[in-house]
Amino acid sequence: MSAALWALLFAAAAAVGQHVYTNADVENGARLYSASCATCHGPRGDAVRGVTLFGGSFRRATTDDEVARIILGGIPGTSMPPNKYSEVEAGMIVAYLRGAARGGVTTTAGDATRGRAVFTGKGKCTTCHSETSRMAPSLDDVGVVRRPLEIEQALVDPNADINIDYRFVRAVTKSGETITGRLLNQNSFSVQILDSKEQLRSLDKTELKTFAIKTTSEMPSYRGVLDSQEIADVVTYLITLRGRR
Amino acid sequence: MKRWLGGPERTAPLLVVLLTVTATAQVTFDRLLHTSAEPGNWLTYSGNLQSQRHSLLTQVTPANVKSLELQWAFQSLSLEKFEATPIALDGVLYTVQPPNDVVALDGATGRTYWTYSYKPSPLTRPCCGRVNRGLAILGDTLFMGTIDGRIIALDAKSGREIWNVAVEGVRAEAGYNFTVAPLVVRNTIIVGTAGGEFGIRGFIAGFDSATGKEKWRFYTIPAKGEPGNETWAKDSWMRGGAAVWVTGSYDPELNLTYWGTGNPGPDWNGDDRAGDNLYSDSVVALDPDTGKIKWHFQFTPHDEFDYDSTQVPVLADIQWQGRARKVIVWGNRNGFWYVLDRATGEFLFGKPYTKVTWTTGLDAKGRPQNQVTPSAEGLVVYPHLAGGTNWYSPSYSPHTGLFYLSTWQDGHATFAKGPVEFVEGRPFIGTFPIGTTLSINGTQVNRRMPGEGHGAILALDPSTGTKRWEFTMSDITDAGVLTTASDVLFSGGREGFFFALDAKTGALLWKAPVAGIVQAAPMSYAIRGRQYVAIAAGNSLYSYALRP
Repeated sequence: MSAALWALLFAAAAAVGQHVYTNADVENGARLYSASCATCHGPRGDAVRGVTLFGGSFRRATTDDEVARIILGGIPGTSMPPNKYSEVEAGMIVAYLRGAARGGVTTTAGDATRGRAVFTGKGKCTTCHSETSRMAPSLDDVGVVRRPLEIEQALVDPNADINIDYRFVRAVTKSGETITGRLLNQNSFSVQILDSKEQLRSLDKTELKTFAIKTTSEMPSYRGVLDSQEIADVVTYLITLRGRR
Repeated sequence: MKRWLGGPERTAPLLVVLLTVTATAQVTFDRLLHTSAEPGNWLTYSGNLQSQRHSLLTQVTPANVKSLELQWAFQSLSLEKFEATPIALDGVLYTVQPPNDVVALDGATGRTYWTYSYKPSPLTRPCCGRVNRGLAILGDTLFMGTIDGRIIALDAKSGREIWNVAVEGVRAEAGYNFTVAPLVVRNTIIVGTAGGEFGIRGFIAGFDSATGKEKWRFYTIPAKGEPGNETWAKDSWMRGGAAVWVTGSYDPELNLTYWGTGNPGPDWNGDDRAGDNLYSDSVVALDPDTGKIKWHFQFTPHDEFDYDSTQVPVLADIQWQGRARKVIVWGNRNGFWYVLDRATGEFLFGKPYTKVTWTTGLDAKGRPQNQVTPSAEGLVVYPHLAGGTNWYSPSYSPHTGLFYLSTWQDGHATFAKGPVEFVEGRPFIGTFPIGTTLSINGTQVNRRMPGEGHGAILALDPSTGTKRWEFTMSDITDAGVLTTASDVLFSGGREGFFFALDAKTGALLWKAPVAGIVQAAPMSYAIRGRQYVAIAAGNSLYSYALRP
């Protein structure tokens, strides 16, 4: 991450009493995270039910100091144990949670204002992505849950890493009905979807003639549709979206 | 095969006699040696000292299992993982509500007789949750190891604490803890220490049942000057892990107790512990009176994938190449299942039961060939970092002659070698791998695509080395397996069902939804001529019996 972008990301944080971190802090924090926290929280910070560490906000803490206190002291009555770190080390982990998880830079510098125009205009992104969209992720906090490089990849090569929450299925019933929809859950006997009419449906697998999870994304590729500058602009716009947390 | 509680060879009068005899008797070690004489009770973690998790009760059959009904549910006052198997004695179930509360329940109604509450030290550092897998019983006394490293004895009738001892060198803040259900051999209570992710030095120890005094200790990593220490570079043996967290077995004729050991530490970077790293990822055969080692067999030398060998050692007497052999059947986390001679440790065979890429195969002595090592950039390896199986209890049915194993198929992970520094009390593991199934860890939500891993129960024939059938699940499983002498198999998984299969064919016979994932193992018991099957799932314990 460039120093300029780093400073931009953390200027607001420092203004409300948060800490400013160096790249070395983040790198050290990543090592500590991988060697300790990832055991339970997973490499993407989402392995504990109901907890998203890389989301930029926390249920039990607001300030960096509060996050560090939880890392050091644990949460009594839960599986979150106390940890033997120094305060400096806990701060490094906070740095990683706050910054590196959404770090990375695109290859081209972009402009957020131009990006917003592409997003709502030429790109037609709002056709699927809105605050109320059900069949595509709302992007209102994408700036805190996705890194710029991941966003860029999603734009040009959406099949490379399909969001597990937005996998789609195609099923044909024994009576001949074709059903498509977003996969919500499944087990050996049934599958739960949000179908193309945005109805919640539970399908009995024994009643299906065919059933398959699509290996391609519903998201179209913007390679060749938007030029590299427009893509950089959209990415730059999207990382400004930080939700209403 | 003697049948109990119905079926074609109903022996109800004999059962009545047995219940009369045992109703007020203490649990002597002789009773633990002869659990087949009282199939209405479940007196050890795995049901017998051979750890077969096989019930001789036959009231529930493949023909009537669909008539099972829930009799009661006990909801624990805990949201932590419920992994314990209850002990059943004369109609009373004894189990552990996480982390370390002991509960005595009426097996017919689920009503609580008493609760013993224990609050572990907040300094404890379990790697993977404050779990406990159950109790042991001897006389009128229950025994439990705690997550903060103590051994506690309780009066089974009242829940009164008889003794509560700290174990020498076991410091919770350094990562030591006990999650295993103890094993009783004569008057020795045997436990092993968990903590393999914290740079501990693993051990198995025997304690006097009357006082809690430690009688012997076997370190799973030999000290300087002891045979095997040369398999650890420099001083890496001092923090090499090889933890123990699944209950062992006992063969009275050979007077040997068998225990599986965990991964060497650090888990995913073996650069500083060059060598085979004995006795990590091994089975060790010990004298239960002294703790002296008789033999060992190492499944995964110099492991860099966290392929613990902390599985239940299942003892079976089988025909092998035309002669009777006393064997251990072992479904290992590394993706192979093995049959070993349990008198000598001789390797009879080992075969993959899931996709394996960390080795090209085993040689004639069972040693893996051409092992791969994680790279800095990351290497995709099968099985998954959680293994092809894990600690989930298998079952062996003497009736079918088959070994039943809960497995993960198609699971894989990317292992990257990163820097590791030892600091006491901190995880000592390396870079956490990225697995195919982690993002939905521990939930009933499954959006996994084919090829990203799924669960399966396998029926394996140790006499021939062949797979007889496979029951495939859409989701993965952490559930153990119970079989009965009437050829019913019980298990579960993350799909949130408790189910029954035909042990001969693998056909699904019955299923019941439970409120949460099943990450414990089933057991069976009887009260007043009625067979019950119990399973912990989610945060509750459920008990089923046939509709009257």
